[in-house]
Amino acid sequence: MSLLEVENLWVRFPTRQGIFDAVRGVSFNLNRERLGIVGESGSGKSMTGRAILRLIRKPGIVEADHINLEGRNLLDLSEPEMRKVRGQQISMVMQDPKFSLNPVMTIGDQIMEAYLLHNDTTKAQARAKSIAMLEAVSIRNPERVMRAYPHEMSGGMGQRIMIAMMLIPDPQILIADEPTSALDVSVQRQVLDIMDGLVKERGMGLIFISHDLNLVSEFCDRVLIMYAGRIVEVCDADKLHEATHPYTRGLLNSLPRLDQPKARLEVLTRDDSWAQSKSVRGHS
Amino acid sequence: MSDATAPGQSWRDWLLTDAPTSRRHARLANLYQGWLKLRANSMAMFGLGILVFLLLVALLAPVLAPHDPFQQDLANRLLPIGAENHLLGTDSLGRDILSRLIYGSRITLYIVALVALIAPVAGLLVGTVAGYAGGWTDTVLMRITDIFLAFPRLVLALAFVAALGAGIENAVLAISLTAWPPYARIARAETLTIRSADYISAIRLQGAGPLRIITKHIWPLCISSLIVRVTLDMAGIILAAAGLGFLGLGAQPPSPEWGAMISEGRRFILDHWWVATVPGLAIFTVSLAFNLLGDGLRDVLDPKDSGQ
Amino acid sequence: MTALSIKDLNVWFGHDHDRVDAVKGAAFDVRQGESFGLVGESGSGKSTILKAITGLAPTWSGEIRVEGQALQGATRDRAFYKTVQMVFQDPYASLHPRHTVDQVLSETLYLHGFGDIDAHVMRLLDDVGLGGKFRFRYPHQLSGGQRQRVAVARALAGEPDILFLDEPTSALDVSVQAEILNLLTDLRQEHSLTYLMVSHDLPVIGHMCDRLAVMKDGEIVEIMQTEDLRQGTAKHAYSQALLAASAAA
Repeated sequence: MSLLEVENLWVRFPTRQGIFDAVRGVSFNLNRERLGIVGESGSGKSMTGRAILRLIRKPGIVEADHINLEGRNLLDLSEPEMRKVRGQQISMVMQDPKFSLNPVMTIGDQIMEAYLLHNDTTKAQARAKSIAMLEAVSIRNPERVMRAYPHEMSGGMGQRIMIAMMLIPDPQILIADEPTSALDVSVQRQVLDIMDGLVKERGMGLIFISHDLNLVSEFCDRVLIMYAGRIVEVCDADKLHEATHPYTRGLLNSLPRLDQPKARLEVLTRDDSWAQSKSVRGHS
Repeated sequence: MSDATAPGQSWRDWLLTDAPTSRRHARLANLYQGWLKLRANSMAMFGLGILVFLLLVALLAPVLAPHDPFQQDLANRLLPIGAENHLLGTDSLGRDILSRLIYGSRITLYIVALVALIAPVAGLLVGTVAGYAGGWTDTVLMRITDIFLAFPRLVLALAFVAALGAGIENAVLAISLTAWPPYARIARAETLTIRSADYISAIRLQGAGPLRIITKHIWPLCISSLIVRVTLDMAGIILAAAGLGFLGLGAQPPSPEWGAMISEGRRFILDHWWVATVPGLAIFTVSLAFNLLGDGLRDVLDPKDSGQ
Repeated sequence: MTALSIKDLNVWFGHDHDRVDAVKGAAFDVRQGESFGLVGESGSGKSTILKAITGLAPTWSGEIRVEGQALQGATRDRAFYKTVQMVFQDPYASLHPRHTVDQVLSETLYLHGFGDIDAHVMRLLDDVGLGGKFRFRYPHQLSGGQRQRVAVARALAGEPDILFLDEPTSALDVSVQAEILNLLTDLRQEHSLTYLMVSHDLPVIGHMCDRLAVMKDGEIVEIMQTEDLRQGTAKHAYSQALLAASAAA
């Protein structure tokens, strides 16, 4: 059985000009795998991730036939029940760690707080566990990092700390929304390797949301390509470069490449029919 | 470039467009969209309604007032509310309170308008220059601001009025002199964030001088938060003016200034409560109206929200 | 002829204990009509070089020559602004939120002393592929790519010889990036411009530039031809690492 099953998901925002549909009838499932969602800004990829956790801010509306997590429909849960799901079963890593960490608490206090919230243990145990988690995300000097404040950390460190915090409650699913976009390429690699290792080790499901096709094709198992709130194509990540949909092809071709120099880059010409045609089902 | 609307296209559509066709069109469309946002806020509209009503009353005072506000009638002094011919009663000299209230709205608006013209402009000037120039200019200007801020406001105003002499103009001047420092601080804080923005670097790279950058690029962004702050402060300004009037340092008798009216009614407050209460209620209503409008304007004008 | 010549450039911020040396002993030349790239990770000092040249970072030492003219301190004269212009990284931050496209371009043209501003504005908008219908829009009525086109139009308004490009597409989607890069390629040909481009994205630099300098911790570790980059024949270990990381991602 899949970890997560999303059926006919819509996210709507009422505006002065009428209702704007950010996500339009998306269906997919997630197994113990790394599922990539790619698309450009405004394609609805981030909204999909947030909608699963019911984190769409008012006046936005989330509708779906069901969002099933282990047979429970998340849409039927009360807000307190949902809060439990967010902490313990599904975690989320955002793009910029600076905005996700509390600036006036030491990192150690924040990780320990997260741990104590989900586990009934002593402070000493929480501390030991926190240090172990920091080591798990390849932080060399966990004792020092525990005492540090978020502003003393670089972007890559901050993102590793976020991942460590998100993994403490041992969630089944991790949703990562552009987790490495704010990082330099060399650091990007390290953070991805850490995430990869953890996902494999713990048999988690990962939803990896990104705009970077190359990154997704390299890092994920399966990819959903989103355009204008719909899934236009589903393919195996390693076969992304053989994708057939003109939108996917257009995106791939518009990237400059070191090995294939050309005077002008190909420009994507959008076709109205891409937005009109029905959303592809993203089930495996 | 033409402003002509296509046939069948209503004014509303023309104003709501995302693709304006002329400078005037762009400005009008922007104003209209701000107005729509404000209109959606019912409390702000309520405040605005009261202020429009106040403005109309002040304009039409001679028509609306049933009596001469200065006409004394000692035979009919201290009539209660609802008395025949005197809807809100009469004061200790037999003057019609309603008429005095109506004429008093002119004085209130006069004070509000003058203070609103002097204090924020002075604050904007000092704050933006200090924020943009930095260094010594900043230090000197901000220490002066701090000195003004360190005094309790009403005490400082009292000192000014005492030095300048009692009277409504001097009261306005005194209030303005005590009201500008907070605006200078706000303007400086805004300027500090704005001046390091890319669009300021961009215009500097076009060779724009500091004067142009401050007046054309920084002011438009500071003004909106100042307007909000001024409307929120208006209540305090009206109260300060009334306070000075109450202490006999603002408007002088027989002027129907609301604060002075309360001061006069104070002597009879136990037996004839309405003489002091009615102008008090008027001050309260107008202050509340300004506060509600200020809250609404904050939602519309806050530059951090625009463009989202 | 050399458009831009930099020798032993040091740039620092703060003083005494807080002093941070952002650029240390940088030196390179950019020929007239050439497109030169500066590559490095965040904090490597690549953008700071642009800031020092344009006078936005006042504390520097060394020698900067623009078309043979040596620069001093942080003040730049009108001739400099007519020679060098810049396109900023984030089109969402580089346009004044309360100014329409028309205001932005008209003011720039006025500052450069042009007459017949209306006609010039229309020509600039055509040049960057926007057209007249965008003229009176506010930035919030434009997409990211459209904003960046306006920023390019503003930079071109003074008819400069040298254009600085500070990560001009890093905030944009890939399909929009292709459009902006093509636009920049075309404009370089039409106006025979010299480019100095800063980016962390090696494929983008490879696409746009003839030569590039690799920076690390404020120092230039290697200057090479783009051809070397393509062949993977970078000499310095750091350049190789950067190349490997970017090929993998």
